[in-house]
Amino acid sequence: MSSSHDGAPVVDLSTPLVGGSTHRTAGQGTQGLLNADFDRPERLAQVRTGQLGSLHSWELVTAVDGPGTRLTVFLAGCPLRCLYCHNPDTLEMRRGTDITAEELLKKVSRYRGVFRATGGGLTLSGGEPLMQPAFIGRILRGAKEMGVHTTIDTSGFLGAAATDAMLDDLDLVLLDVKSGIPDTYTRVTGRELQPTLDFGRRLSDHGVAMWIRYVLVPDLTDAWDNVEVVADYVATLATVARVEVLPFHQMGRDKWDALGMRYELADTRPPTPELVERVRGQFRARGVEVH
Amino acid sequence: MTITEIPAAATDETAWDGFTEGPWTATIDVRDFIQRNYTPYLGDAAFLAGPTAKTLRTWDTLEREYLSVERERRVYDVDTHTPADIDAFPAGYISADDDVVVGIQTDTPLKRAMMPNGGWRMVETALHEAGKEVDPEVKRIFTQYRKTHNEAVFDMYTPRIRAARSSHIITGLPDAYGRGRIIGDYRRVALYGVDALIAAKNADKDSVADQPFSEHWARYREEHSEQVKALKKLKRLGESYGFDLGRPARTFQEAVQWTYFGYLASVKSQDGAAMSIGRLSAFFDVYAERDLAAGTLTEELAQEIIDALVLKLRIVRFLRTIDYDQIFSGDPYWATWSDAGFGEDGRPLVTKTSFRLLQTLRNLGPAPEPNITIFWDENLPAGYKEFCAAISIETSAIQYESDQQIRCHWGDDAAIACCVSPMTIGKQMQFFGARVNAAKSLLYAINGGRDEVSGKLIVRGHEGVKGSEALDFDEVWAKYDEMLSWVTATYVEALNIIHYSHDKYAYEAVEMALHDDEIVRTMGCGIAGLSIVADSLAAIKYAKVYPVRDETGLVVDYITEGDFPVYGNDDDRADELAALVVRTVMDKIRHLPMYRDAVPTQSVLTITSNVVYGKATGAFPSGHKAGTPFAPGANPENGMDTHGMVASMLSVGKLDYDDALDGISLTNTITPSGLGRTKDEQVANLVGILDAGMSEGLYHANINVLSRETLQDAIDHPEKYPNLTVRVSGYAVNFVKLSKEQQLDVLSRTFHESA
Repeated sequence: MSSSHDGAPVVDLSTPLVGGSTHRTAGQGTQGLLNADFDRPERLAQVRTGQLGSLHSWELVTAVDGPGTRLTVFLAGCPLRCLYCHNPDTLEMRRGTDITAEELLKKVSRYRGVFRATGGGLTLSGGEPLMQPAFIGRILRGAKEMGVHTTIDTSGFLGAAATDAMLDDLDLVLLDVKSGIPDTYTRVTGRELQPTLDFGRRLSDHGVAMWIRYVLVPDLTDAWDNVEVVADYVATLATVARVEVLPFHQMGRDKWDALGMRYELADTRPPTPELVERVRGQFRARGVEVH
Repeated sequence: MTITEIPAAATDETAWDGFTEGPWTATIDVRDFIQRNYTPYLGDAAFLAGPTAKTLRTWDTLEREYLSVERERRVYDVDTHTPADIDAFPAGYISADDDVVVGIQTDTPLKRAMMPNGGWRMVETALHEAGKEVDPEVKRIFTQYRKTHNEAVFDMYTPRIRAARSSHIITGLPDAYGRGRIIGDYRRVALYGVDALIAAKNADKDSVADQPFSEHWARYREEHSEQVKALKKLKRLGESYGFDLGRPARTFQEAVQWTYFGYLASVKSQDGAAMSIGRLSAFFDVYAERDLAAGTLTEELAQEIIDALVLKLRIVRFLRTIDYDQIFSGDPYWATWSDAGFGEDGRPLVTKTSFRLLQTLRNLGPAPEPNITIFWDENLPAGYKEFCAAISIETSAIQYESDQQIRCHWGDDAAIACCVSPMTIGKQMQFFGARVNAAKSLLYAINGGRDEVSGKLIVRGHEGVKGSEALDFDEVWAKYDEMLSWVTATYVEALNIIHYSHDKYAYEAVEMALHDDEIVRTMGCGIAGLSIVADSLAAIKYAKVYPVRDETGLVVDYITEGDFPVYGNDDDRADELAALVVRTVMDKIRHLPMYRDAVPTQSVLTITSNVVYGKATGAFPSGHKAGTPFAPGANPENGMDTHGMVASMLSVGKLDYDDALDGISLTNTITPSGLGRTKDEQVANLVGILDAGMSEGLYHANINVLSRETLQDAIDHPEKYPNLTVRVSGYAVNFVKLSKEQQLDVLSRTFHESA
């Protein structure tokens, strides 16, 4: 849905309104999935073994979360607190809906025809999917057993939670590198940069394809050097298929208000087309495909 | 009754030089001709030619001298003295350049003609609204001497039909305008020539001469005579432009010209709501390939001829009232041109001319007519699929229907009449039935037959829901089922009357002359408001719905507490309720008597009547507000399909086509960026989405690739967007020709930011 409230900046039409877990507004609930209902000890046991996950919503989307038409599942819970987060309602796991792995895999199975026809697959997004490693490990394994193309959309901060077996089950990782200068990264996300860099390196060594995402926020992530560091890093990764520079937009602003959370970027404008082009050029200079 | 054989003397052998012979040479069988002679094209669009200078000049003259003037005044001109007919007007031209494919409805482009056989009042109103004076002589003829279709219908209408009409539970019926949805096999004019068609019709007529009298026999003979007279007029129409249509066409250009004259004769004599042209590309392509091989045609000329035909198909005009425009907005006539799909032998019916047809949208720019309709299948040649998707993205002017569903039910020579109604060409016609308000019927069930807007008792003998407790699903469903029995019986009774009368007083002689003598007739019933019923039933079943009554006890609103599943999100709980409603209505229709042994069918299609239907309807348990537009066709409620476009396609795909053989319409809007980063990616993704939807049971997909901002800008600055084309519900319109209300309706629909 496009934003229509007063004062919201009009997004340039040539700019795709897409992005990573913290950029694209998440879907509308878990309608069509059976809610699980366990008592507390049973629930904890199910969560521990990855048989139960906390979901924010699902969507069938095209061209945004990987190739083709994809079942994108937004998981609840994220360790980062990005200033520009467009889905603050996915930050806390307790706000999610309990869904069993079996139920979600049924849905994946239902869409095998759609995935085949469109060259699509499954994308686990969020939130941060690696907050629920046992659950997503089970889902990715199940999807691979059906021959479904798999993707996770992650900040990489919890990359250490991904087992090598999980990496084997991943066809593509959408890796959000939110800044190149450690201090800026911390200012943006509240966390450290290093785990993300480590995870990207590990994916590259493991041969897992990546799309790198960079959310461009004026006066926050747009500094030349901040971008240069990310671009230099990306150039050292062997499996990066494309870089997506995602212009910041205000489409998540209402959610912050609705949750009663303080939103620091209320006055920030989307980047100008010239700025977007400059940053894309910085990546392009490293010889990668940039969008 | 008989095989329509062609008397040997009537054919012209030289016209068929080089064609492979078969049954088509002895009997009228255009399909057989196509199958034996066409060449599938498996390549891409690289061979296509741009517009010639002549094409551009003609289009420019048309735009400058006629279309721009018409946009200013709504109606360019009307002839108030000459009731329309095939040969009523002398030849007319756009300009001196207009010599590639000739022929217009009157003597001047865009000038409209009166067609009073449907009813005089409509004509008179339309004339006044166009600022014209009525010719008293013409009025006298059609009010004193010549009975009209409209008069006959009202002679027969029953009290319950009148009550249902005035309360708007049944509206938009073709009781005062032409029914349309009949596709003459215009290709027959080109392949056989009119002389052979006349001879065949006379032979058919006399083949029963020795049988004893019956009403069927009498009608058969009388209708054949009418058809022969119409064919003779068609010949005269050709002569007025300097052509001998008596003989078959000898070249590609003649094949296109002859076929167009067949269609032109139809739109000169009938103002049916939908005047579709059929499935022409593979047929034309046989002639094009022959001429190209002989060196008498170039790609530039072939394109010029198709461009010229399409240009003519863009300027068909009928005299309509402003009221009519509320139901069918934007002045549509559904010159629907069906293309592609597969033959029964597994070869694609995609030819180079299929590409040439799409190329017209580049050469002449986007436009709503002809209503280009692609019979889609995952296995169509990749180059063609990609070209379709690219043109869709550029113009939003194409609709797609499931080839498999259509071919399996109606064969490989079927075409769409209007938006989604399939029929075998030359062998089948439809009795067009508009639609009943299935959503309002639910409110009638709850209110025991009282109208929720007026409070009047419309349907006697039904008890409404009592008390103020939460509605009980089983009770409401039982009452709805009963109410649907009344509504469908009343509705079909009206349709029987209408089509009996239309056959008698406004018979489509030239269209039927281009059919076999014995044909299949379908009774095309329809419903509006499906998504509202599905969501409301889901609310009653899964949440708590409390009725809100006015002082007379009438339920005028609902308070709904709790969550409920919503149709359009691939959730079986809601989607199965939608499918249940469609099945229930169809089961009721199946058991009703049908005029002329018609096969009962149903469509889930609203055209643009979703706005007027909404206006006449109250509030719903789903939260749908009183007086607001319905979602179009089988669409989920605007803004309620929140899990992506493909999810909404899958929900609609769950409606069983066997319960709605007249078609199930889904209109979707995607923003361009929602399809991908690059044009190639967008094309590949749109192809994938269509493949996915159709392989999951979707029947129809109207695809708009637009952004809300563009439409908003077009509302504010219409002068900047004279050709902005938007697909609304089974057809396309010039967006700027819609009423403000309808523009806002389109704007309020779901825009999938990511498909």
